[in-house]
Amino acid sequence: MPKPLIALIAAVVAAFGVSYFSDRIDPYYLDVMTGVGINIILAVSLNLVNGYTGQFSLGHAGFMSVGAYLSASITVLAGPRILGDSGGTALQQGLLFLCALIAGGLGAALAGLAVGIPSLRLKGDYLALVTLGFGEIIRVIFQNVDALGGALGLNGIPNYTTFFWVYAFAALTVYVVACLVRSTYGRGFIATHDDEIASEAVGLNTTRYKIVAFVVGAFFAGVAGGLYGHFKMTITPTGFDFTKSIEIVVMVILGGMGNTPGVILAAILLTLLPEVLRSVDEYRMVIYSLLLIVLMLVRPKGLFNFDYAGIFTRLRGRPRATPS
Amino acid sequence: MAAVAALAALSAPAFSQETIKIGEYASLTGKEAAFGQSSHKGTLLFIEGANAAGGVLGRQVELVSDDNQSKQGESATIVKKLIFRDKVVGILGEVASMRSLEAAPICQVYKVPMISPSSTNPRVTQIGSYIFRVCFIDPFQGTVMAKFAKETLKMHRVALVTSVSSAYSVGLSKYFRERFTNDGGEVAIEQKYTEGDKDFNAQLTAIKAAGVEGIYVSGYYTEAALICKQARELGITVPLFGGDGWEAPELIEIGGDAVEGCYYSTHFSPQMDTPGVRAFVARFRARYGGETPDAMAALGYDSAGVMLDAIRRAGSTHGPAIRDALAATKDYDGVTGMTTMDKDRNASKAAVVIVVKDGKFKFVQSVAP
Amino acid sequence: MTEFLQQLLNGLSLGAIYALIALGYTMVYGILRFINFAHSDVFMVGAFIGYFAGEHLPQGTVWGGLCALAAAMLGCAVLGILIERLVYRPLRGGPTLNVLITAIGVSLFLEYTGQLVFGATPRSFPQIFPAKTIAVGGLIVSTSQVLVIVVAGALMVALQFAVYRTKIGMAMRAVSLNPRAAQLVGVNIDVVISFTFALGSALAAAGGVLYALNYPSIDPLMGVAPGLKAFVAAVLGGIGNIPGAALGALILGMTETFVDGSRWSTYKDAIAFAVLIGILLFRPAGLLGRYTPEKV
Repeated sequence: MPKPLIALIAAVVAAFGVSYFSDRIDPYYLDVMTGVGINIILAVSLNLVNGYTGQFSLGHAGFMSVGAYLSASITVLAGPRILGDSGGTALQQGLLFLCALIAGGLGAALAGLAVGIPSLRLKGDYLALVTLGFGEIIRVIFQNVDALGGALGLNGIPNYTTFFWVYAFAALTVYVVACLVRSTYGRGFIATHDDEIASEAVGLNTTRYKIVAFVVGAFFAGVAGGLYGHFKMTITPTGFDFTKSIEIVVMVILGGMGNTPGVILAAILLTLLPEVLRSVDEYRMVIYSLLLIVLMLVRPKGLFNFDYAGIFTRLRGRPRATPS
Repeated sequence: MAAVAALAALSAPAFSQETIKIGEYASLTGKEAAFGQSSHKGTLLFIEGANAAGGVLGRQVELVSDDNQSKQGESATIVKKLIFRDKVVGILGEVASMRSLEAAPICQVYKVPMISPSSTNPRVTQIGSYIFRVCFIDPFQGTVMAKFAKETLKMHRVALVTSVSSAYSVGLSKYFRERFTNDGGEVAIEQKYTEGDKDFNAQLTAIKAAGVEGIYVSGYYTEAALICKQARELGITVPLFGGDGWEAPELIEIGGDAVEGCYYSTHFSPQMDTPGVRAFVARFRARYGGETPDAMAALGYDSAGVMLDAIRRAGSTHGPAIRDALAATKDYDGVTGMTTMDKDRNASKAAVVIVVKDGKFKFVQSVAP
Repeated sequence: MTEFLQQLLNGLSLGAIYALIALGYTMVYGILRFINFAHSDVFMVGAFIGYFAGEHLPQGTVWGGLCALAAAMLGCAVLGILIERLVYRPLRGGPTLNVLITAIGVSLFLEYTGQLVFGATPRSFPQIFPAKTIAVGGLIVSTSQVLVIVVAGALMVALQFAVYRTKIGMAMRAVSLNPRAAQLVGVNIDVVISFTFALGSALAAAGGVLYALNYPSIDPLMGVAPGLKAFVAAVLGGIGNIPGAALGALILGMTETFVDGSRWSTYKDAIAFAVLIGILLFRPAGLLGRYTPEKV
């Protein structure tokens, strides 16, 4: 069995194990860790689009909200009819949840397709604006649909998210992204990022790569949204606005674009930071913003963009290989 | 000498001297910081006062406040922290129904009583038996103004202006319309806006063309003041009126002459001439550099009061006991009026109608439930 | 008909304010190829400077108003130069995404420090210019609206003059076309960039004061929404293109006003973006932007 697959299975089993003992963990810590897991999914999936493929997307929260609303609609509206009055067994609930999550992801992926295709001709900052615009359009639509709760949002969402679900999906996201990046698709993504014209010149269908990146990224954002909805039990349209998108973008950039381990570390750091700073509540955002500025000035390549290959060769005593 | 000291130490009170912790989650920064900060100030003032008077059950009260930055998702995490890390016995929050709805299920599951100072959406207390509020709910408030407009102001044809980004506003408009049309009135036109909007000329131009006798603006003072101003500038002379979201000194500051002769319903008026209110206003001004308390501050104050009162009556800091005492709250004399918890755990209390006259808020009448 | 004309006036006034902010975005982008996220908060700071200046000046006079406006513009010009020197300059030459994050950091810093220092409660902006409403036919015209249009127009004319008729303006255009070549012919890039930031920030400050005159409620987060709209306007017109920014802002202001008065008012934000996306689909470089084909 290939190594990444073994790693994935090990991670899922570990997540299940932790989840099994989750009643012994302080619910607040569990809450924070769940939040970290969801942010990992969001950051890693955005990294595929922004980092590897170089498409500057500012609308990730929009895909997240599509997933959240779609999966919540299924469990809240269709759930009682499927599960019956008793609420169903744990297995039934789990299955329903899984279906709802996948549905949410697929819906978001469809949205990703809808956004990706028209945006193909746009470069850099124009693409950023269109994706931002898409996020806002989604928000406004949800705000105006009374069936989905309108401004108050959807509440009473069943609390199906557990440590297991979040980290199993986080592991899956990392696995899928890693596999994609290592495959010929990955070469395509990076080529598109590095030099789109040269790639086209050698016959690469950059359009296809861009769309695949968007769709896969959006799928996982949708799953993250579904997990989020069943975690907080309440979702509102304004919670998925462009400020949220920016938060995820910051994680990707801080982690080092196209550097999955770095992005994961950045997601963990930026989720824990506000919790740690709670004691200085009023200054929390001021400190966070100053930290952002300082970090970019001091480590512009991204906080965690370590040159892994370089570290290993140096450890072995050989001179560092010069980049070609 | 040492023996006397030892004796004194041995005869120390049997119960622990540690503080009673009350948790608060509020929007102290971010988009709705104005409301959260106001509510927090009122809550804090009451607890400081209670401590100065000896505390509750012989112990001092400690307020553990956390900021949710007006963001979705934060309140749930905060409430878990308050319950498990800080070990609070009761929770106060929030001003916005959206965020109360986020935290309430958690308080309910872990059986920690929660009092919302000013969330008016009916669904909040429907979450469970541990969730209370000290304010009236939107269905009541909407009908108050509808009644007032129809019977006192004798209006038959009005316009409705709703903020779609606020569940509070949407709810209020809905209940106003129901009652008003039930009583035989007509809502000729409804216009919408989003919170944060500054330009309402478009909506007001349409309303002016509709020819109405009054305009009900169900949102917050931040926009209401501008709406009144722009309405007057467009030549609309009919009165505008609204709900407790209008309540703030900034309404007159920003609205100026435009809000003269406008009405709104609320929980509290600093002009209410009762000794309790006057003392509260004076203490608030002294504590916060001359600032006059608004309805959020007054409700924050009363929410703390009702919570501590319940703890006192329960005689314990045990969750279920506090909950039962809260449910039994009857005629608690707060600065926002006599508070009695009804069977739905909502406060059954009178609303007051205020008019702006000569640049000041003036009490018009009290409307009982 | 009067309703239509009224909306037209409203739209023009709103568009003028967006234009003032959009110009700053577009100028900085033209020279540095990056989106200055902190620009919307400079707008806010301008409004607050005007607020504090207005408290010390006689209200309702033209010269008092002009003094407050000048104070705001000067103060923000300094702020803009400061931000550029301290935060953006060290990152020049690196990937623009890094500067973007730093800009986000500066934006958040200004907003939240504002909330800390000024408090989050909205304040009422003083009436620094004389304000009256005049009825012209069936139209209600407020002097504040007229003032906005006049001042914005004047500033834009001044900007055109500065960019096309002065030496530094020529230097700005040179740097935006080709920074290296400009340096080679002796243009001091640092000075040009500082000047651009100062100019853009001053315009944003003017926008802030005029905005506050029309919608007299100011708070530390007031820049977020107008900033976003202005940014959309700048891109709509073709980012980096000065007349484009003004055109885009006008279109946006009009669209927003007319949608606002219609049945679809709550979809207003969505419609603005939909218009943008629609236009970008047919003209991917914006209305007046030049679609520079990339030469390999």
